[in-house]
Amino acid sequence: MELTGAQILIHFLEDEGVEHIWGYPGGAALPIYDALDTDAKELKHILVRHEQAAVHAADGYARSTGKPGVVLVTSGPGATNTVTGIATAHMDSTPLIVITGQVATDMIGLDAFQEVDTVGITRPIVKHNFLVKDVNDLAMTLKKAFYIATTGRPGPVVIDIPKDVQNATSTYEYPQEVELRSYLPVVKGHTGQIKKAVEMMLSAERPIFYTGGGVIMGEGSEELVKLVKSLGYPITQTLMGLGAFPADDKQNIGMLGMHGTYEANLAMHHCDVLIAIGSRFDDRVTGNIAKFCPTAKIIHVDIDPASISKNVVVDIPIVGPVQQVVQEMNTQLAKLNKKPDAVALQAWWSQIDEWRNVDCLKYDTTGSKIKPQAAVQAVWEVTKGDAYVTADVGQHQMFAAQYYTFNKPRRWINSGGLGTMGFGLPAAMGVQMAYPDATVLCITGEGSIQMNIQELSTCMQYGLPIKVVCLNNGFLGMVRQWQEFFYDRRYSMSYMDSLPNFVKLAEAYGHVGVRIDDPKTMKKQLEEAFALKDRFVFIDIITDQQENVYPMIPAGAGQNEMILV
Amino acid sequence: MLIENESGALSRVSGLFSARGYNIHALTVAPTEDESLSRLTLVTIGTAHQIEQIVKHLNRLIDVVKVIDLTEGPHIERELMLVKLSATGEFREEFVRLTDIFRGTIVDVTATTYTVQMIGETQKLDAYIAAIDPALILETVRSGAMGIMRGEKCLQI
Repeated sequence: MELTGAQILIHFLEDEGVEHIWGYPGGAALPIYDALDTDAKELKHILVRHEQAAVHAADGYARSTGKPGVVLVTSGPGATNTVTGIATAHMDSTPLIVITGQVATDMIGLDAFQEVDTVGITRPIVKHNFLVKDVNDLAMTLKKAFYIATTGRPGPVVIDIPKDVQNATSTYEYPQEVELRSYLPVVKGHTGQIKKAVEMMLSAERPIFYTGGGVIMGEGSEELVKLVKSLGYPITQTLMGLGAFPADDKQNIGMLGMHGTYEANLAMHHCDVLIAIGSRFDDRVTGNIAKFCPTAKIIHVDIDPASISKNVVVDIPIVGPVQQVVQEMNTQLAKLNKKPDAVALQAWWSQIDEWRNVDCLKYDTTGSKIKPQAAVQAVWEVTKGDAYVTADVGQHQMFAAQYYTFNKPRRWINSGGLGTMGFGLPAAMGVQMAYPDATVLCITGEGSIQMNIQELSTCMQYGLPIKVVCLNNGFLGMVRQWQEFFYDRRYSMSYMDSLPNFVKLAEAYGHVGVRIDDPKTMKKQLEEAFALKDRFVFIDIITDQQENVYPMIPAGAGQNEMILV
Repeated sequence: MLIENESGALSRVSGLFSARGYNIHALTVAPTEDESLSRLTLVTIGTAHQIEQIVKHLNRLIDVVKVIDLTEGPHIERELMLVKLSATGEFREEFVRLTDIFRGTIVDVTATTYTVQMIGETQKLDAYIAAIDPALILETVRSGAMGIMRGEKCLQI
């Protein structure tokens, strides 16, 4: 079939099974937008209001479904506006395809209108990128891009397509197969290493599972639950890993790291065998590396060899897909017919329960101001703990992670690695497109929400019934907290004057706005807001300005050096 | 290492080093007999842990087809250097002798200069330079080290 490059792109996306594409048109992408109009059958394009939001939306879609998110933008500013979104996806290993228009090949390098070196700019923040110079290579390049983005450790792939390549014609046939001699992702963990790991796990007296986003990305949740349950060991999950193991299970001892629970961080500090699965020993988790898990032997399962022994040298490295490796662990465990040391485990649990009794997440509930923690808990109750929750970045993100009990994978969607403010609302759009009937909410702050507030317009155009829960304390809360703790309460630039009236703002876009400022009416007002199933509701909750996120491990401290309330 | 002979492949390698704070001491690259591949030799300095990480990160790059650490086994290392020397008076004789000792070749001569070609391990080239009064060195150009494993072992795909 003889098609233009632009048509080939649209046909390929449909043949690849892509349902949604988020984007924004412009000069160097016009042939593609024309082909979208003439050739697309099932493919649905969502017009955002800023290219950054397109990437976050595709990212939210990818994180909530496991399928790659697809973005289409023009050259120059269209491409540069995607950079924050791409870096966000890269840090959290989400599969994205970002298609950028480019000036015609004979104009490249001449500082043409809306020309930037997209491949050069995005190179350090992608898994791979391509500049397609020949229309005959287009279909295969697209196939390679999807293959690279979705296999191994997933990540974003950028495909830069010059305008003349979009207009040139070639015969199109969907490439069924793809092979890359230099890219062979590991599909199976080393059986001998897995066996050694299982033996080490069984020999443990003070074991702990420390699991991360890799379990969710690698669809390893079911096998993980089986393994953790059969061993009876405690499990702590990273910010990115929440939901892989049910939070309401007694074996779950909460999130770890900078704002992790007292029991999780102390259990990490005192453990003798650390079983790290799909987690990458991020500095927000480890605290001071020199003080990290001083008495532990470490097992580390990860799909990416470069993540192993990067920050912390481990004893048993296992490179492989989480699902397969943990499944093999379960099989070997069943075969061995050996039980963990019950007496030691009993003593370990008694110790953990003692730490648990400190109740590190307690907060004052007597005041007249709404506590952000109470707001998150109320949202949890109203949504029966069964919503898809996106977050922005800051205090509200930590409160959401701590107080919204995530029992299922892919329900908690936030920018963990890059920490991108402005991620939450567009990400929620992606989730809502994937699950039109689900309750999707974005927990945010009055600072973060303003970084992509223009998407209220997109939500109106596509009738997305997202609920925005804005924990409004009039401060860049996390900045304020650090200034209070570490900068002698000099609140430099963390106070936001001239906040908009969010209720009126939402209404201006045609949405519903609700303001909640009384703890007594909060629950009822939330119920009313969430009852508006088919409407976008902006819920502006005025919270206590002084509230901080506890516990906290200050930067540079060890995991056993927490600040409690 | 063997990398895809494509535009941008080299910048992925060099970009990795700058982004992760590793140092490129020397780098040399050229296409191989297989037109789709380039052979790249890179010299870097680091602890065993750092080198291991560098190799892992290089392997992660899609355009890098194969990486070996030559220093893990017996290998041959060579570098090419061209040096332009101010050669007048007594130094015209002296540089011939010195170049001969280092088994270099004078490949270009003018009334006032010699251009010397020297091939060898990096250390030998350094020693040659160190033996000459810096004021008499007009220009040097070095290829950076290239390496190959000794014996029958090959870096192939």
